[in-house]
Amino acid sequence: MITNKPLELKHVIDTVTSTECNTETKTTSIGAITSFLGVVRGSHAGKRVLHLEYEAYVPLALETFKRIDMEINEKWPEIRLAIHHRTGRLEVGEASIVIVTTSEHRDNSFTACHYAIERVKQIAPIWKCEFFEDGNTWIEGATVDPEDVEAKVIAYQRACK
Amino acid sequence: MQVKIRLFARLRDICGSGEIIRNLPTEAIVEDVWKLLTDEHPVLASYTSSISSAINTEYVKQDAVVHDGDEVAFLPPVSGGNS
Repeated sequence: MITNKPLELKHVIDTVTSTECNTETKTTSIGAITSFLGVVRGSHAGKRVLHLEYEAYVPLALETFKRIDMEINEKWPEIRLAIHHRTGRLEVGEASIVIVTTSEHRDNSFTACHYAIERVKQIAPIWKCEFFEDGNTWIEGATVDPEDVEAKVIAYQRACK
Repeated sequence: MQVKIRLFARLRDICGSGEIIRNLPTEAIVEDVWKLLTDEHPVLASYTSSISSAINTEYVKQDAVVHDGDEVAFLPPVSGGNS
């Protein structure tokens, strides 16, 4: 989900644990819930960050989240995943992304949650603009290529270390 | 034929709009659309090797054929991020 409203962890957890979006077997077998929140840092390279703005190509970003869900299902079939990303203006300390995974046991839940954030950072068409006292900068790192096998391996290795 | 071009982040800032309508010859490919933009805004050329492209919200390569009414999106690099 992508929204310009503040993110709420409990709401995201509800989306993956409610019986409405799960089979009864999956719901009753949940033994671990892992969450990751990415929050706006108040500094970048020693400079004070006043606020951020996130921009997304929403339909493609949502497709990307589905792709990440599929990748996770291939590796860890029992995992349920929810990714909520915020767009628009965010103040320091606010959450820009909430990822929740559920699983029978904690190991795979932690690993899948970590894998999900690595992949979001690599392939989701979502951009961050940092606002400083003396101007603003779009943060640009990696070219988006969902088919890049090497990037998938890096994400997996980071998640498993 | 007419296509809608979508631009994001710094590409949008450079072009002054996130949505541009342009006419192109039939059988144009994504690369031709990008060329048209770089002719209008030469500073975009520095992104030629780092952009990704999509047609109608599906990732495509630069040689994908564009059709009348398509939405062609150019995506600058994303943050990637330190772990």
